[in-house]
This record gives sequence, C-alpha cells and structure tokens, in this order.
Amino acid sequence: MPERERKQKPAPQAREETVDEVTAPTKQGEKIKEELDDLLDEIDSVLESNAEEFVRSYVQKGGQ
Amino acid sequence: MALPKIIGIETEYGVVLRGTADLNHVLASSLLINAFVDQKKIGWDFDDEHPGSDARGFARDGAQPPEIETHLVNAVLTNGARYYVDHAHPEYSAPECSDALQCTLYDKAGERILARSMIAARNLIPQGQEVVTYKNNSDGKGNSYGTHENYLVDRNISFGSIVRNITPWFVTRQIFCGAGKVGSENGAEKCGFQISQRADFFEEEVGLETTLKRPIVNTRDEPHCDPLKYRRLHVIVGDANLCEISTFLKVGTTAIVLNMIEDDFIDRDFRLSSPVPYMRTVSHDPSLKAVLGLADGTSATALELQWEFYRLARKYADERGHESHGGEEVGEQVLTQWERVLSALETDPMQLDGVLDWVTKYRLLQGYRERDNLPWTDAKLALLDLQYHDVRPEKSIYEKLVRSGKIERLLDEDDVVAAMVEPPPTTRAYFRGRLLELWPDSVVAANWDSVILDVGSDPLRRIPMMEPLRGTKIHTEALFNECSTPRQLVERLQS
Repeated sequence: MPERERKQKPAPQAREETVDEVTAPTKQGEKIKEELDDLLDEIDSVLESNAEEFVRSYVQKGGQ
Repeated sequence: MALPKIIGIETEYGVVLRGTADLNHVLASSLLINAFVDQKKIGWDFDDEHPGSDARGFARDGAQPPEIETHLVNAVLTNGARYYVDHAHPEYSAPECSDALQCTLYDKAGERILARSMIAARNLIPQGQEVVTYKNNSDGKGNSYGTHENYLVDRNISFGSIVRNITPWFVTRQIFCGAGKVGSENGAEKCGFQISQRADFFEEEVGLETTLKRPIVNTRDEPHCDPLKYRRLHVIVGDANLCEISTFLKVGTTAIVLNMIEDDFIDRDFRLSSPVPYMRTVSHDPSLKAVLGLADGTSATALELQWEFYRLARKYADERGHESHGGEEVGEQVLTQWERVLSALETDPMQLDGVLDWVTKYRLLQGYRERDNLPWTDAKLALLDLQYHDVRPEKSIYEKLVRSGKIERLLDEDDVVAAMVEPPPTTRAYFRGRLLELWPDSVVAANWDSVILDVGSDPLRRIPMMEPLRGTKIHTEALFNECSTPRQLVERLQS
C-alpha cells in the first residue's frame, strides 16, 4: 500500500502563477525542463532493467 | 423520466509470475485471490449467469456461461465486489454504485486490493518469484483483456435506439478516457503512440462476442436484476484508467448520455459513416485533427462531436436536473470537468498532463524521447508504457507521479482504503457486503441479484435482490442492528 496521500491540486500551474512576469519566459521554461529532467531521473531509478527482455516476456492470454 | 444510472466497472488485470519460466496465468490469478481472501471463501452462485442472451432478442445456440469453472477461485468481498479468475486474468468486479464519484472510488479500491493481494501472495510462492499485475488492456502483442462498464438501462428503450446514439459516443469519448498506448496491434496501421489501449481490437459495430471480433456495442443481455424492467448495458469498448478524472468522466458522461437516450433528448443524428475504422482513426490521432464522416453526409472531428454532446447534456441537465445520474453535486462536477477537459483538448491537450491518462503518458514518453533521442519503437518506451500500469505502488510509474504531486486527484486516500472493505451505502451492494461482514460463515453463495443463507436448518434460504436500489443502508441498517443471527434476519424479511 502506498503511504496515505491527501488530495493534491496540480502544483505546476499554481507555481507558474507566482513567477515574476518580466523574467518568466526563460526562467519558467528552464524550471519546467529541470523539473521534467528530475522526474525522468527519478523514474529511471524504478524502471525495470533490460527493457527489451522485460517487454518481450510480458505475454497475456486474451480475455474479454 | 430516465432510470437512475447504477454503474459498475469490472477489470481484468494483466498478470505475470516473475522469477520462473513456468507461467500459468490461471494459477497465478488464483494464487493472488486466495492470498487476499483469508476468510472463508463465499461461493458464487451461477444460476443467474446467462452471457449468451442477446439484447436483440435471441439466445445463441450452444452459448455457455464462460465462467462455469467452479474449481476456479471466486470470491465475494465485504465491499460488495466480486473477485475471481476470469479466463486467465484476476478480475475485480466492483460493487454496484449510484454515481460516478462512488464508481471511481470503488475502481481505485480495486487497485489497492490487487496491490495487497500481491504482497499476500509472496508468502505462498518460492522466494525469488513474484506475482505482478498490471491495470492495462493489452500486452502489446495482440492480446487484449477488458475493462467493462455496466449501466442500468430501462428495458422499454429499444436496443436500436441505444446502438444508434451510443456508437458515435463510444468512438469519440476516447479523447478523454483513453489510457494511451505505444504502437499498434491486431493488424492496425502502424503508429508511434495512440490514445486508447483497446481501439485496435474492435472489428464489429454490434454483437455478442467479447473475446474475438469485438463489437463497439456489446449485446450481452444479462441484467442481473429484474429482466422485465431493466437492461444492463455491458460496455466493453473502454480502457482501464488510473487517472481518477479519466474514470470519473468515462462513467459520468456516459451515464448522462444514456439518460438522454432514455428520455429521447438527443435531437441530432450523430451516426458515423464507418464507426469501426473510426475507432482507430480517433485513437491513432493525438493531434485530435482527424475528420470523421457522418451518415448524414456532414463531417466533424471527435472533439467537435464531443462538444455537441456536451452542449446537449448541459441543456438536458438545466431542464431535467441530475437526479437520474447521481444527484446535483456529482452531476455538476461531471459537467464542469467535461467542459474543462474539452476546452483544454481544444487549446492544448498537453495542459491535461496529470489529469488524463493518455496525455500524462504521452508527455512522459515525449520527455524520454527528447532526452534520450529515442524512436517510438525503442523498447524503453514500451517498458514505460507497461510500467505506468504496474499495480505495485513502488514500481508503478503512475503512482510515482502521484507521489511527486503531478497527478490531480478526486479521491481522498482514506476513503479509498475504507472502500476496500466497506460497501457503497446507496445500492444493494450494501446488503450483500454487510451480510458477508457480519455472518461470513452463513453466506453459502452470493451473486449480483441474490444471496443464499444457511440459517442453521434446512432448507437454505435464497434472498432475491432484483432491485439494485433496494437493500441500501437507509433500507437495511436498522434491520442489521436489530438482528443478531441470519435466521432472525430471514424471519424479519419474511414477516
């Protein structure tokens, strides 16, 4: 079971609104990219190793 | 006046046994369910199963209930759900629910039940092996397994009218309830990514089949309630969703559309010129620009047709209220989310990252494609697609996104945990669930529309539950409080 999670609002939009307007375009873009990069790194850490073999071995019998 | 839309979602999960070359899907599924059900298993009563009955008014020769495999595990849970082995998959059939939010809650509770089952199963198999489940609908190799929705529909509505109106609905609703998939299958045209898991598998417009030549509208006529008053529309065209808003919209909007059909409110002919190929056309087009031809000679995109359905639904709700599909609060929530999602799909679908499954998955895959310069055919992307649906919280990419705050939720996790054991209070599932909670040893068998009790002396007593809206908490809570044995309960019901 996952830890108890509370209702979560979409954080990114809320944060974007607080960014200073003048410097927003570049900083915001960079921030989003950084966030995405961090997220992908995090996901890399839980991804199964040997993607090809893992995907190949996932075979199901058809159902409804 | 349309009937209240009682809704239930049944999900066949993908299943593998890792750590051994000897994979028996049926055995792995049984193991999982046995591990979860530590109390005495309550048998399933097959008397009411008639999956060969056809809504068009005939029974297929030789059609057999596919589930008469009584040696297979088949359990009824205290939350009113059925948890069993169907074909070669563990299936969680959620209890009957009275609104879209409750339905979303019990669907999510199913994921938690599967997750807990996998942990419990570890004790039953050799170290190094693990049963793993996936809440998706395809293995990427041409094998599909279903997530079915069920809606209570008025028996007096002609099935032809349902088919005419609901087919264009099913073809176009994919744009917000698709779960996303890398690649194509089943002879469909090649593509990098598509909106739906299931679209490639639909080959007919209408029919009784569910495992081959799948039809967009399934005609199984097995109401599991009073057959003179009701139909159960068995919907096989949908995907399994993880995003709560996708599930919520999938059932919430479909319930409203069915009510509009029952009330003859749809004043336009939305029939498509060729719905079967259009299932794929819509699914294979994340740009949402594909134009569909209508039978009346006009044309429109899936999104434009969705807007038309939305405007009709808005008008319908303004004139008739939301009583028949879950009440004011949930009904308005459905319309608000629906409008918001269509608006975002119109301006920039990527705004719905964390809201809809297909967009969330697509964004993630695009992130990987850009960072690692990967073609759509790279195995890593197929792995990400699969692992998005992994039900183990520590391995699920979806759950990872939830923990990172990237997913917009509708449910409170405490409620989800409670729904693993407590039945919905507003349908007959309450009666079933409470009986199992109070007197598991006396419930000999149960199915959707009856319960068989052993009251300590012959004969066994069958309690029919032919009305999905009776046996609710309001109806039966006092009865349960006043009875200390199942015999007393039966006597009270007979008096």
